[in-house]
Amino acid sequence: MDCHLDIFFLEAIINGLLLAGLLALLALGLNLVFGVIDVVWICYAELVMVGMYGIHYAYKGGMPFIVAALIGIVLIAIAGAILHHLVIRPVLDSAPINQLLVTGGVLFFLQAAATMAFGIDFKNLGIRLGSVGFADMSFAWSRIITFAIALAGMLALWLFLSRTFLGTAIRAIAQDRQIMPLMGVDSRKIYLVTSAIGGGLAGLAAALMVLQYDIYPQIGLQFGPLIFMICVLGGLGNMIGGFIAAFIISQFIAIGGSCVATEWGYAIAFLFFMVVIFIRPQGLLGTKS
Amino acid sequence: MMRVARGAIIGLMLLLALPLAVRALFPLSEKYYLHLLVQILLWSFIYTGWSLMGRFGLTSLGHGAFTGIGAYTVVLLWNFAGLTPWLGIPAGVALAVAVALLVGYPCFRLRITGHYFALLTLALTEFVRLCIVGLRDYTGGSLGTQPARYGDGISLYAMQFEPDRMLSYYVALALWLVGLAIWRWVDRSMDRYALDAASQDEDAAASVGIDVTREKLKVTAISAAMCAAGGAVYGQYQMYIGPDTIAGLGVSLNIVFAVIAGGMWVLLGPTVGAVFTQLLSEGLRVAIQSSALLKAWLGSAALALDTALYGLLLVLFIIYMPKGILGTAIEWWQKRAAPAAPQPLRPSSAETTTPPVRAS
Repeated sequence: MDCHLDIFFLEAIINGLLLAGLLALLALGLNLVFGVIDVVWICYAELVMVGMYGIHYAYKGGMPFIVAALIGIVLIAIAGAILHHLVIRPVLDSAPINQLLVTGGVLFFLQAAATMAFGIDFKNLGIRLGSVGFADMSFAWSRIITFAIALAGMLALWLFLSRTFLGTAIRAIAQDRQIMPLMGVDSRKIYLVTSAIGGGLAGLAAALMVLQYDIYPQIGLQFGPLIFMICVLGGLGNMIGGFIAAFIISQFIAIGGSCVATEWGYAIAFLFFMVVIFIRPQGLLGTKS
Repeated sequence: MMRVARGAIIGLMLLLALPLAVRALFPLSEKYYLHLLVQILLWSFIYTGWSLMGRFGLTSLGHGAFTGIGAYTVVLLWNFAGLTPWLGIPAGVALAVAVALLVGYPCFRLRITGHYFALLTLALTEFVRLCIVGLRDYTGGSLGTQPARYGDGISLYAMQFEPDRMLSYYVALALWLVGLAIWRWVDRSMDRYALDAASQDEDAAASVGIDVTREKLKVTAISAAMCAAGGAVYGQYQMYIGPDTIAGLGVSLNIVFAVIAGGMWVLLGPTVGAVFTQLLSEGLRVAIQSSALLKAWLGSAALALDTALYGLLLVLFIIYMPKGILGTAIEWWQKRAAPAAPQPLRPSSAETTTPPVRAS
């Protein structure tokens, strides 16, 4: 319970900022999929978990990390497309909540399948990048790199969505699901591409997370609720809102974790989230529909 | 109607006699089978409580919070204040209902529905789980805790009955019957029609004079109370509570999915869901245990096989059988029976569209 405005407090805040980059990247994929297809992938964090295992085994199999990471990204991009094709498409026309719940079944499946295939013990890549010291504070390089690459990934997606034809089509579908098919846009193809990109973002997040975290089948339950909270706080489907929300939530976690205890930081973040939603149900930047 | 009543009485007799049959048939593994039955009945009660909300489109992922609040309130009051669960359970239920109303009121006023409602209630579950873990000096953190054993573990005062499985069975059966009675009472009430209307079109329902927020709050309070009571009794039976076994997202999801698997819109749907999920996991476990080949092939991974299959089946259920096992079975049976003996047309159009009359 000791909280002073000292150098360690500053360190916590900066570490929170670095965490925000990763959380923003995680929220981005979910927001993209929701914004375009209007579906919440409850199993999103489990896709990340599968990606982490994929990268882990590729790296342990002797591949350089960069190659392993690319394999992970492609693997999860394909997984995203398969998820959409096999699971989401059959329920696209049923009640919206069914689309959320059906991916909950996938959550159970992926978690249990990972337990069966990889066991429950914690796995670590064993890459040590060291840390950088600055005025009595120290920051792990893995966090700094994660932050930089997460921002670069978000920038790349923004350029793709705003500068390419396919990106424009995706944004158009997100704005009006009924009209765009009449304009000659194949919505099925757009959905599939969007799911693959959403999966690819999960894969990118997985590649960054293996540098910082141990891998275990339940890791999705640790990050999943956090990602959903960030997405809803920013306004489901609103990518900039999710970006801002990630920075707010990560500060709660970082400061709470440094001043009290990690779980109280999380608990206060969830409480804050509920209160904000009761004041602004559509999220920080969401528009009323 | 007479036929249904007779069926219910025969069914009840069979259920009352069931543990005696188990004792006669499996004298050696009686405890195991009774344990299975108690688990099914207690979870059925909790699932039935959730289905009260779920059937009206209020898909809550927050009921893991209510079961957790119920269980932890009772055990903490017993362990640290010596308060008997007879008072602890009402306290736990009251706390859960208060939380449900506190979260429910703004949700329903602001018309937070669908994805937003599911994700907001998910946040509630996480919040409660984190509070339980955070209060580790009292709750034992993520390791969980146990209610202090009173005497030989069988006591009316301490509401402990775990060593006597026969007694546990009848306690669970009684609770389950209360759950079914509540479901039926809600099903027959005017609130049910109001909520049915509101779940289809809130504006239309409000325009004919239904106080949508109030109706939703009512059913939310009942549902949360049932889950809290169920969680509390479950804790008393297991003599152990942990943040992952009785609270948290895993419990919330299990509740939702078992009800979907069984059937959300029929009285015994949640019960069928509980039977289905318990038999699936126990059946697989027994099959793997008894087969040397499967055991060698799967090893320790066998522990997760039931969850993997469960997840897969859920996906299939939601895609191909959204009405659940019992819902689909009843529909099929009615379709088959219909041409032979045409059902009298229900005067439903007049009945179902009547707005509820409220005294206040």
